[in-house]
Amino acid sequence: MSIHHIRVTINGKLYEGDVEARTLLVHWLRDGLRLTGTHIGCDTSSCGACTILVDGKAVKSCTMLAVQADGRELLTVEGLEQNGKLHPLQEGFHVEHALQCGYCTPGMMMAALALLKRNPDPSEQEIREGISGNLCRCTGYVNIVKAIQYAAQKLREPEQVPAGSGGGGE
Amino acid sequence: MTTTNAGPHVHGLGEPYKRKEDARFIRGKGNYVDDIQLPGMLYADIVRSPYAHALIKSIDISKALQVPGVVAVITGKDLEAAGLAWMPTLSGDTEAVLAVDRVLYQMQEVAFVVAESRYAAADGAAAVEVDYEPLPVVVDPQKALAPDAPLLRPDKKDRQPTNQIYHWETGDRAATDAAFAEAEQNGVVVRQDMYVPRIHPAPIETCGCVADYNAATSKLTVWMTSQAPHAHRTLFAIVSGLPEHRIRVISPDVGGGFGNKVPIYPGYVCAVVAALKTGRPVKWIEDRTENLTSTGFARDYHIHAEIAADKEGTVKALRVYTLADHGAFDAAAQPTKFPAGLFHICTGSYDFKQAHVAVDAVHTNKAPGGIAYRCSFRVTEASYLIERMMDTLAREVGKDPAQIRLQNFIKPEAFPYRSALGWTYDSGNYERALRLAMEKIGYEELRREQAEKRARGELMGIGISSFTEIVGAGPGKHFDIAGIQMFDSCEIRVHPTGKVLARIGVQTQGQGHETTFAQIIAAELGISPDDVDVEHGDTDTAPYGLGTYASRSTPVGGAATAVAARKIRDKARKIAAYLLEVGEEDLEWEPGRFYVRGSPSKGKTIQEIAFAAYTNCPPYLEPGLEAVNYYDPPNLTYPFGSYICVVDIDRGTGEVHIRRFLAVDDCGTVINPMIVEGQIHGGLTQGLAPALYEQLAYDEDGNVLGSNFQDYLIPTAIETPRWETDRTVTPSPHHPIGAKGVGESPTVGAPQAIANAVVDALAHVGVRHIDIPITPWKVWAILKEKGLATA
Repeated sequence: MSIHHIRVTINGKLYEGDVEARTLLVHWLRDGLRLTGTHIGCDTSSCGACTILVDGKAVKSCTMLAVQADGRELLTVEGLEQNGKLHPLQEGFHVEHALQCGYCTPGMMMAALALLKRNPDPSEQEIREGISGNLCRCTGYVNIVKAIQYAAQKLREPEQVPAGSGGGGE
Repeated sequence: MTTTNAGPHVHGLGEPYKRKEDARFIRGKGNYVDDIQLPGMLYADIVRSPYAHALIKSIDISKALQVPGVVAVITGKDLEAAGLAWMPTLSGDTEAVLAVDRVLYQMQEVAFVVAESRYAAADGAAAVEVDYEPLPVVVDPQKALAPDAPLLRPDKKDRQPTNQIYHWETGDRAATDAAFAEAEQNGVVVRQDMYVPRIHPAPIETCGCVADYNAATSKLTVWMTSQAPHAHRTLFAIVSGLPEHRIRVISPDVGGGFGNKVPIYPGYVCAVVAALKTGRPVKWIEDRTENLTSTGFARDYHIHAEIAADKEGTVKALRVYTLADHGAFDAAAQPTKFPAGLFHICTGSYDFKQAHVAVDAVHTNKAPGGIAYRCSFRVTEASYLIERMMDTLAREVGKDPAQIRLQNFIKPEAFPYRSALGWTYDSGNYERALRLAMEKIGYEELRREQAEKRARGELMGIGISSFTEIVGAGPGKHFDIAGIQMFDSCEIRVHPTGKVLARIGVQTQGQGHETTFAQIIAAELGISPDDVDVEHGDTDTAPYGLGTYASRSTPVGGAATAVAARKIRDKARKIAAYLLEVGEEDLEWEPGRFYVRGSPSKGKTIQEIAFAAYTNCPPYLEPGLEAVNYYDPPNLTYPFGSYICVVDIDRGTGEVHIRRFLAVDDCGTVINPMIVEGQIHGGLTQGLAPALYEQLAYDEDGNVLGSNFQDYLIPTAIETPRWETDRTVTPSPHHPIGAKGVGESPTVGAPQAIANAVVDALAHVGVRHIDIPITPWKVWAILKEKGLATA
């Protein structure tokens, strides 16, 4: 099995490593780099738990080889929070109760981020289509849609949405 | 402006407090089992049978051992030598950990390969050579009962000479038969066959574990996807012979359970064996195909139901016969006393005077299981059958499905209500829930619209489900897991500065216990939920409990938590009396504070009392402020609700479009309405799933036809409607805070609302029943037959 040296920018930081040609990107992220926020839920790129951004586009990282990430820019869930400030999607998921077991959440937020990058003001139907590659077993999607609407509005007009009131963790 | 003595605002019961656990999940900092990486850890992969029924002629592991990175290969014969080839199931059967001489279902575990990496383990598994001799396959449970059927379990032929696992019945057969004879003469009898298909909970996180044995301390630690870590620890001790205090089971963050993570699976046992054998930690994580094909399926009930009623449609008797397909091993997760679980809640919300239920369970060449997919021990099957049957009865007597329900509901004044099959319903007001649902959705207007559309040839249907659940097992005298009684527990420690650590015997897979259980304690002690940390899932620290499934966390664990908090408050009162130099009876409680009756300014806060418990404790009391409660509930709880679904059917494609779905739930006292609503949204989606999409089908050779998410269809955001919810509140009279549990109500209640709506859309052309999942193909075939298809 051939070994390849790769250099990948992840969440703004350069990572280097030697990987087997067959190593899936998600396994390199999780087992190699210990970036375990990106999850695995199926083997057929159906569930979207492993969704990350590659050069700004949503990619299911179980469907891509680590060697294919060489020289590219990745964003994972760990890169959403900046300087101690939650991304509006993270805030929206918390405020709108868009997560329960939390397993699909990182992939769902990354798919939503890609959606908002290409469509900053999506309709409900466009949001539902935008996350239709991501499965959630807990929430029934209703509050995920609301969370993405929350983030969309906040990203468009940052000062218009009051911060979520009450609650633990924040 | 008036002032009051009210204490601080505590975000107790009834408040939509934001979840404490979100902080780690939204940052990708959860700690799921596959996130755990230990020094020197090995990875496992499982060799599985491609055949549904075959003899194993030989297993050759020599090539696998030569694969770079492979450390060990374990076969059934190795386990047999160690006395570990078989393990007990939750139903008293024995299940092969690794097959020794025969395989009984496709994807059964045959060998366990451990290696330095995931990839090397997979290489090793692919290099194990197994020689099989295929045997005749039985997938139809009816054929499994035929006299000439191959005996699937020769290993237990002495105690079970056929493929029939049990025959079980309950109720008064003679009185029921008499009521039917009367109805045949002077009333009406309706009958229907229905199949509740085999489905799978399919949490997005599959099952897995990390097993680590420390030879220096003789301690085994198993991080595993477990909904019942204490029970699993005890079972590990019994199976392995390891002393129980040297076993620590940790259920870390769990990515959904829905019943899938209640049983012990061979992979867990093999990982423990491999850790003992290699002296290194071993990780085993299922892939999705393994999850769907080999771990806990649900349902698979072939039901024949009959209702006897008078000519007006007032129900008299219910008679049910069910053939239950349990697969190759009887691993159904049921209390010992009730082999068909709580299926005999099937009289539902209606006042049947007589009922009789019989169930035959059989082995087939399918995966073992029989867990409850987001429901309490077969309640979903029961609720589905009665709600479908009430619609059938309505058609027979020419009444509206709403009218037939209102006519037959158990009346509010009849509670506590003793059902014909022996359950004592705690509380309910079914008419109020249905009337609210009808008013809110505009039922009469929808019926008018339907009539107009029908006249134009358009197909629209309205379906009702007025379900009653039965959740919150125990009481311990009736309910157990492998003999262990179903109580639950909470231990509360109030630190000197008034901050609280609570540990609970139940365990969360997304239900939000870290928030809601903190709210229960907050409400009882008058402090903020932020000042309460709730821990669960670690058997070395949490008090013994039976875990989270069957909607039992709030009814049982929540009760234990409230009672433990009340013990804290009782002791706090004694300390306050000492500090204030008054009698205990002279103290009044307001949230967070005891004060002297008549002198509200003279008081002590719970924080001051906590500090005194460690610094200035009354000499006649033990120092400290801690309490523990093991709660054995006096009865189950009976959540209920009325759901109304509106569908439109595409005459060209047979597709069912859910236009509206309104869920009115009653789960008693609500702790956190935000979390309750979230649970209902999720539960409804897992009710939609089997109604229209999910089925684990098998072909005649025993091949699983739904082995991945491209064939096993889980609803996405596109198929899932925007759920509408409302509620009534009928507290449970026997629960300390009146709560009943909610997580499973919508999964139990929803499928038949959808099925009833589809049948309703086609009732005018004589359709009385369509088996779920109601696929476009099934609907289109009916449209074609009835001359309604436009394509």
